[in-house]
Amino acid sequence: MSAPSLSKACGAILRRDLTLAWRRRGDMAMPVLYALIVITLFPFALGPEDTLLQRIAGGVVLVTVLLAMLLALDAMFRSDIEDGSLEQLVVSPQPLAMLLAMKILAHWLTTALPLIIISPLLGGMLHLPASVIPVLVLALMLATPLLSLLGAVLVALTAGTRRSGMLLALMLLPLCVPVVIFAAGAVAAAQQGLPWFAPIAWLGAGLVLALVLAPLACAIALRIALDA
Amino acid sequence: MTTDTPLLEARALSFFRQDEPVFGPLDFCLHAGEVALVEGDNGSGKTTLLRVLAGLLHVDEGELRWRDAPWHRDACAGEILFLGHQLGLKADLSARENLAVSIGLAGAREGVDTAAVLSEVGLAGYEDEPVRRLSAGQKKRAALARLLGVPATVWLLDEPYANLDRGGIELVNRLIGMHAARGGAVMVTSHGAVSFLGGEPKRVRLHGWGDGTRHA
Amino acid sequence: MATWIPLWVHKLGSPPIFYRFAGLVRPWAFALALLLGTIALYGGLVSAPADYQQGDAFRIIYIHVPSAWMSLFIYFVMAAASFVALVWRVKLAEVIAMESAPVGAAFTAITLATGSLWGRPMWGTWWTWDARLTSELVLLFLYLGVIGLYHSFEDRRQGARAAAFLAIIGIINVPIVHFSVNWWNTLHQGSTIRILGPSKMAPSMVWPLLTMMLATKAYYVASLMGRARADLLAMESGKDWVRQIAQEGSSP
Repeated sequence: MSAPSLSKACGAILRRDLTLAWRRRGDMAMPVLYALIVITLFPFALGPEDTLLQRIAGGVVLVTVLLAMLLALDAMFRSDIEDGSLEQLVVSPQPLAMLLAMKILAHWLTTALPLIIISPLLGGMLHLPASVIPVLVLALMLATPLLSLLGAVLVALTAGTRRSGMLLALMLLPLCVPVVIFAAGAVAAAQQGLPWFAPIAWLGAGLVLALVLAPLACAIALRIALDA
Repeated sequence: MTTDTPLLEARALSFFRQDEPVFGPLDFCLHAGEVALVEGDNGSGKTTLLRVLAGLLHVDEGELRWRDAPWHRDACAGEILFLGHQLGLKADLSARENLAVSIGLAGAREGVDTAAVLSEVGLAGYEDEPVRRLSAGQKKRAALARLLGVPATVWLLDEPYANLDRGGIELVNRLIGMHAARGGAVMVTSHGAVSFLGGEPKRVRLHGWGDGTRHA
Repeated sequence: MATWIPLWVHKLGSPPIFYRFAGLVRPWAFALALLLGTIALYGGLVSAPADYQQGDAFRIIYIHVPSAWMSLFIYFVMAAASFVALVWRVKLAEVIAMESAPVGAAFTAITLATGSLWGRPMWGTWWTWDARLTSELVLLFLYLGVIGLYHSFEDRRQGARAAAFLAIIGIINVPIVHFSVNWWNTLHQGSTIRILGPSKMAPSMVWPLLTMMLATKAYYVASLMGRARADLLAMESGKDWVRQIAQEGSSP
């Protein structure tokens, strides 16, 4: 009998989720499409003046990415609950928090990463200056995993309920206020030629903290939600 | 080959949902090499009992013991295999890939060969078909492959005969017999009075609340 | 449960005993709230002098400030009860946590409404993204999230545990939100007027405020007791002690 190793288990879960996402790559394009649609609507609503669009570009791109992620968040554990895979994770002889961390990583890679990749395009559509775009990408690289981690805890809490879409948004709002403030703050500061490192550092600190705590909280939340 | 200390022992075990009792108080013990058949009508709490034993639900009242010590998640990690109503198969993955995930999670049984396991459960030729396209019985067989591929001492099987043809039922019985013979223990639920199991299994009878339970 | 907890805590934790205790406490707490509230309103609205800068408009702080204090205080009580509920699985703690949430949400809503009313004469606008008001708004969403999660489960106790966990996440989040909103406010040069500046208030202005604070506390206790009683009856409807109460009630 070969002892079950944690690294193998993590690899198996990561590979499984990425394979599943690849077999349904149409779904993967949905958040990207959604973000493109929202960004396209802004100039129609506000008028095509460069200066106005430029001023709001950073914040609008951030909020759009956040909402696009929120759309995909609901599905994080949905299919696993329906087909019983989640029960198998819970009864498996591995630390649940690590397995969930792998699921969150896979989710981030398949939903947030495509959004980050097109974020320069989204910024460009709203005339965000080219010099600010690296800061925007950096802010997103830190803010999106933070949102995935926080979102995973909340999705786990709603795992035992029937419909959770709006509820999830309501629960996520207070948690994502600081993330939005610091990410948008960094972009705004860069745009005004001010030092932007402090908010980025705060985001980084939050991310490190969430990396450690969120998977544990997610495991607790999931056990609560499945315990009925 | 019954040893003195039971693998799994329940003492006055009961479970409540919204303060309504689901089953119990229930006393039974499961020794190595034993097969126990959990019997009861629909709604008598068979599935709930198995989920409690698997550690998915917490014990409300009474005591659950594992190898003569209070039950603890870490103590029996890797020794319990749970096969529920929902099979835990990913519809977009093939039977082979699903088995690989299970083996990745729980480790592989000694000298296990994925292809041989899949042909033993009767999925030869269907190894690489997405589970979505398999029939209900074939899906069940794909889930049963886990029993052969993954090491575990106690099997908790919830309605393992559902959806299976005669050959499938024989397969389940053969697997259970094999497992008991090498010192494992099996707990099987079945709502029918008919037992397909050969030999005389131990019986755990669930009556729902109030009218008491006995074990043979 | 731990042995260092005195016996009366265990006893009070049992639903029938708490039900009777809450029934005794409730009318007294309610009367106290009414009495103190009347005195405080008289002191605040009639006897306190008008503010030399804000005129009579400042009097709204006698509602606004105690409500704001209560909105935070109740959140702390809810989080503490949630912690007890999750760690020791005490049913009464679940009830206290979940029945505190609507009361706390109400106080938060009052804080926001009065803050907005007060802002109209002071800032010339109904709403301003002042750091305190914004934090209070986020607090309201935290409360609503807890209430929403609690009611979205079919199993009450499971819902209570999930919502309790959310409440604990929220209490970690409150200072982070406050800090980040303050930072954001300085970045964006928002309004600099503060509702409670470091101004020296005359004693005749302060005592009604403190009295009102006690009145809101008493009201919270009264309201919580009433809600907890109703919740316990619903939760334990199958139990003997509830049946007894029902029979006593039907045969006067």
